[in-house]
Amino acid sequence: MYVAGSIGDATYLNPLLATDSASGDINNLVYNGLVKYDRDLKLTGDLAESWTVSPDGCTIRFKLKPNVRWHDGVPFTADDVKFTYDKLIDPAVRTPFGSDFQLVKNVRVIDPLTVEVTYKEVFAPALESWGMGIIPKHIYEKGDFNSHPANRAPIGTGPFMFKEWKTDEKIILDANPDYFDGKPFLKRYIYRIIPDQSVQFLELRNQSIDEMILTPDQWYAYPEFFRHYNKFRYPSFSYTYVAFNLTMFPFSDLRFRQAVAHAVNKNEIINGVLRGMGKPATGPFPPQSWAYDPSVTHYDYAPEKSRALLAAMGFADTNKDGFLELNGKAFTFTIISNQGNKIRSLAAEIIQSQLKAIGIRTQVRVIEWSAFIHQFIDKRAFEAAIMAWSLSRDPDQFPIWHSSQTGEGQYNFIAYKNPEVDRLLEIGRRTFDMNVRQQTYHRIHRILASDLPYLFLYYPEALPVVHKRIRGPEVTAAGLGWNFPKWWVPEGQRKYEFEP
Amino acid sequence: MTSYLIRRIIAMVPVLIGITLMTFGVMQLAPGKPTDVMTDMNAKVSAESKARIVKLYGLDRPWYVQYGSWLKRFVKLDFGDSFRDGRPAIKKIAERLPATISLNILSLLLILALALPIGIYSALKKDSWFDRGMTVFVFAGFSMPTFWLALLLMILFGLKLGILPISGLHSLNYSELTVIGKILDTGKHLILPVFISAFTGLAGLSRYSRSSMLEVIRQDYIRMAYAKGLTRNRVIFRHALKNALLPVVTILGLSLPALIGGGFIFETIFAYPGIGRLGYEAVMSRDYPVVMAVGTIAAILTLAGNLLADVMYALVDPRIRYK
Repeated sequence: MYVAGSIGDATYLNPLLATDSASGDINNLVYNGLVKYDRDLKLTGDLAESWTVSPDGCTIRFKLKPNVRWHDGVPFTADDVKFTYDKLIDPAVRTPFGSDFQLVKNVRVIDPLTVEVTYKEVFAPALESWGMGIIPKHIYEKGDFNSHPANRAPIGTGPFMFKEWKTDEKIILDANPDYFDGKPFLKRYIYRIIPDQSVQFLELRNQSIDEMILTPDQWYAYPEFFRHYNKFRYPSFSYTYVAFNLTMFPFSDLRFRQAVAHAVNKNEIINGVLRGMGKPATGPFPPQSWAYDPSVTHYDYAPEKSRALLAAMGFADTNKDGFLELNGKAFTFTIISNQGNKIRSLAAEIIQSQLKAIGIRTQVRVIEWSAFIHQFIDKRAFEAAIMAWSLSRDPDQFPIWHSSQTGEGQYNFIAYKNPEVDRLLEIGRRTFDMNVRQQTYHRIHRILASDLPYLFLYYPEALPVVHKRIRGPEVTAAGLGWNFPKWWVPEGQRKYEFEP
Repeated sequence: MTSYLIRRIIAMVPVLIGITLMTFGVMQLAPGKPTDVMTDMNAKVSAESKARIVKLYGLDRPWYVQYGSWLKRFVKLDFGDSFRDGRPAIKKIAERLPATISLNILSLLLILALALPIGIYSALKKDSWFDRGMTVFVFAGFSMPTFWLALLLMILFGLKLGILPISGLHSLNYSELTVIGKILDTGKHLILPVFISAFTGLAGLSRYSRSSMLEVIRQDYIRMAYAKGLTRNRVIFRHALKNALLPVVTILGLSLPALIGGGFIFETIFAYPGIGRLGYEAVMSRDYPVVMAVGTIAAILTLAGNLLADVMYALVDPRIRYK
């Protein structure tokens, strides 16, 4: 038996409707997609045994694994895949995940174990998008999808079967004895909701939970806290950055962005806010991604270069107050960040003091999340903002960088426009050729690193701990939990004994 | 009395509608929409998807239309479905009520059992060491941050001594326990929360009963009772106490809504599945139906509590009669 601690409770145990990480944790154990990422972040079959992409790249044919059964014993077939797709594009279904499937022309069931997806154009992230959990047709075809009882008592194909959900207390899953990939070794999985981080930490110390994600401060707590735990650290799939509003002077001037980049000491930020648990970022892909180009460098910390660049732009301290003026007029800008994220507001303060050292006066303003997004970011009413992106494993970042994505509510909110990047983004998502894609994304990485639409700050690390009696956890490019069904506890160290 | 009651109840309707209108208005003024949590800054969710979801939840309509349709459903006692997980709001509240009510009743009983004796004895021994000590004690409880005290006690009883569970309402093996085992298990989990919420809530009631007792024992009829030669105990318990407890009745009536209201910080610290957390999370995720349901039920209970206090007053105090 294995007990995981979580800050929040799940919302929908239905992969089409769930958007929070707690629901995601459970859905990943209960449902399978057609494909998944293996230990080395390569796409491999999950419910699909294999797949072939047609020569024109527009059609993917999935061959499904035979003898897969839903938790209630009904066989899994291609009809379930088609049904899942139909629900994803059904306008009455409250799913936010339809976007990836807009380019699908049709999904055809060839035979019970073969399904063929045709796209209007070649779309490389399509393969990854079929990692979406497949839901059972025979359960969901009756009744209202959005408020279906199965959203709270899911029936999937995954390694663990749903047993019980006590709202805001715990979710219990049991091992699926008929799992197609072999029965998981842990008999039961309990997801305990402990909304306060410090209390969760006390529970860890008491050994009442087996897994927890630490904050950098907790990582450095007294060793007695971790006597019974193995600590892991690995880069998470995200990066934190300073976004510049490129429609506004002086942010539209590359020299100004370079001056800021030379003035910011990323290592000082990482040591200050993450206690060293991160790496300086050079671009929009994390180091464990195949899209990351290790040879790309970032602007080094060199305040004297900043001063030279600023002087060339006309900045000078004309009134001798220690701060620079632009053509004789006082100059200042505001860095905004969102409330409830201490790490970001601290980073903003460190940047503030680093910019002060080169004579740039800044304010830091922390704003409630929805106002932050809707009144400042979406309306492009900001100068600089500290934010972070959580990334999908596929490096396609078309929505973030393409010049067609600058409308309100779209994700190129800094209004970055670079025809070459546009072209590369289009190439990257329109081919399945891994060599071409890798070169394309390496090129994008290099351009963005020198163009500085964002000042890429750091890649934070994930810091989980797992109880020592659990064997099998291993950190790879895919992170930690990729082989969770194969985790086990040696005889004699079992903590909980029960008859399911 | 009956006509008074009817008048009072009728007068509550506009007040209640006013409260719901204000709750609704405040939620609308708060920046952001319920759908933001699921769609904001998720590069996989396109702007069209966002707009479609907003429409599915009916959030594209003007606020007065939304309020109108809420009111129409409310008249039929339908609070609508949560935006967060699609379940009926009333059901989400109902499943948390037992935990919240049992905690609040237990702590209210403990408060009564401690605060009344403290207040009365302090009044009788005014300015004594006991009185001063208790003043410091109850105000210390009143001013102490709950989360801090809770963490310290968790460390002491949960980690160092290992005699009480740290958080939660049940142990993991709860469903396999016998009935007695279940009661003991829940009891163990309740000790710290009940103790802490009682300790931090002592001040109000004990100070009220102290000051009301102080006032009563200065009255002529108390002097009269002493003059008749009654014993001190008889004067205090038969003549003074009854009158001194009158204001306490009001406070009890007003604590009716507090029975279902929970402290959000408190429940978060103890991982306690109560109403406070539900309400707070609903506000944070702009889950309008749940916010409205919690708000409306709290409003109804507050109004009912007020009425109850007034009625009880008339029942226990012969000087008060409503027409």
